[in-house]
Amino acid sequence: MSKNKHEKVEKHVGWLAVLAIVAISIGGLVEITPLLFQKQVQEPVRDLKPYTALQLEGRDIYIREGCVGCHSQMIRPFRAETERYGHYSVAGESVWEHPFLWGSKRTGPDLARVGERYSDEWHYVHLMNPRAVVPESNMPGYPWLAENTLDGKLTARKMRAFQTLGVPYTDEDIEGAQAEVQGKTEMEALIAYLQSLGTALR
Amino acid sequence: MSSFWSWWIIVLTLGTLVGIAILLKWNMNNFTDVEEGESMGHEFDGIIELNNPLPTWWTVLFWLCLAWGLLYLILYPGLGNFKGLLGWQSSNQHVLSLEESQQAVIDAREAGLNIEYDRELARADAVYGPIFQQYASMDIEAIAEDRGALRIGQRLFLQNCAQCHGSDARGSLGFPNLTDGIFSWGGSAENIYTTLMEGRKAQMPAFLDQLGEQGITEVASYVLSLSGRSVDRDLARAGEQRFAVCAACHGQDGKGNIALGSPDLTNNVWLYGGSQRAVEETLRYGRNGVMPRWDEILGEDKVKILSGYVLSLSAEE
Repeated sequence: MSKNKHEKVEKHVGWLAVLAIVAISIGGLVEITPLLFQKQVQEPVRDLKPYTALQLEGRDIYIREGCVGCHSQMIRPFRAETERYGHYSVAGESVWEHPFLWGSKRTGPDLARVGERYSDEWHYVHLMNPRAVVPESNMPGYPWLAENTLDGKLTARKMRAFQTLGVPYTDEDIEGAQAEVQGKTEMEALIAYLQSLGTALR
Repeated sequence: MSSFWSWWIIVLTLGTLVGIAILLKWNMNNFTDVEEGESMGHEFDGIIELNNPLPTWWTVLFWLCLAWGLLYLILYPGLGNFKGLLGWQSSNQHVLSLEESQQAVIDAREAGLNIEYDRELARADAVYGPIFQQYASMDIEAIAEDRGALRIGQRLFLQNCAQCHGSDARGSLGFPNLTDGIFSWGGSAENIYTTLMEGRKAQMPAFLDQLGEQGITEVASYVLSLSGRSVDRDLARAGEQRFAVCAACHGQDGKGNIALGSPDLTNNVWLYGGSQRAVEETLRYGRNGVMPRWDEILGEDKVKILSGYVLSLSAEE
């Protein structure tokens, strides 16, 4: 055995793993942990409202259909973005998002402030077949959303889960959840969700 | 940020930089019994490991990276609550409402803060502000004739309006064609401006309960006859008797009313389709066309230019 102290790490894979984890975790300890305790990421913007039962179901459909794969929900503070989409996104808009859907891929436009920008009718036509209104679009159609109806069996439990994460749902909200959702189509839920996006700061 | 977390970040960040520097310095020493350039005693398939030092270009790059990191942390915000010597900040992330956001811009300007986004807007305003100012004092009719304004208007249109009205502005089923000069809410400059600023909500009620299936067919036939379409005369005559309920909005002569956004039924332009079936569906279930409002999103100046652009589209034909 030589005097090469480096060999202790190089030739013992256990040490190598432990020290590699230590080295990698420093970045997270510095950038993530302090953020969990910041007022800025806990304080909602003034007009923020929790998703209604229907909007919440729509959000789950947004996740299920993979919308986040092509649409971001994060307007960056550049003029080129705010001219097109509106005020840049701030942390206070996402405090009740679990998980957040900021995304990072923009095959389609950002949707952070798409709420109330188009009519419900437009969203319906566009989701059935995007080329009916935007011939240049390469977005797929989602016609099955208009046929699938929601039973709302799990809606209350979802809201309860969000409640434990700090979303201010009242017990009345949760009790009425199934009734609000039952029989509605997935299309209606998704449109309700889309129409709510970004309306808390405008 | 509380001072605990601030120091947490500072100690971990600087500690890591110093630790890396020490590790690098330490690794430049030769701790083996082997001379530099001699064999370390490993051999595999004729490949021998030599005791070579770290490459100079690599170590120099590493030192430069460390120096860059330190410089960056001195100039820009990175070390906890220390804002950096440049006082640079990307945006006002702490705002909780639009009013707070506007106030934050004013406060930052008065305090001489270095907010990147605010500065970008101020630079753009210096360039584009005078251009918009020039159009702000012009009539919409004059804007519709101004080539420069129309170029801006076209871009605004493609960005904000084409999604519904189409990139050629000819609309589609349920979304009005803007090039045919026919406007349910009025085609004058002021009408178009109001439509854009405040939005519109059209309400065609459902008449199935009131008219019944037979009545729907009759009224649809009469409505189609108004624009000179060939229809079953008996049905149309029966429909005419029932037209009073429609006349409240569309007028006795079916010419519509721009105050209510009720379309002219005599011009053979059909927002929701002009087949017997489509008109019957409109009568049966009603229609609720919505034009969103753009005052908050675009602001007066841009809406004015857009109004001019839309006016110019309808004047072409």
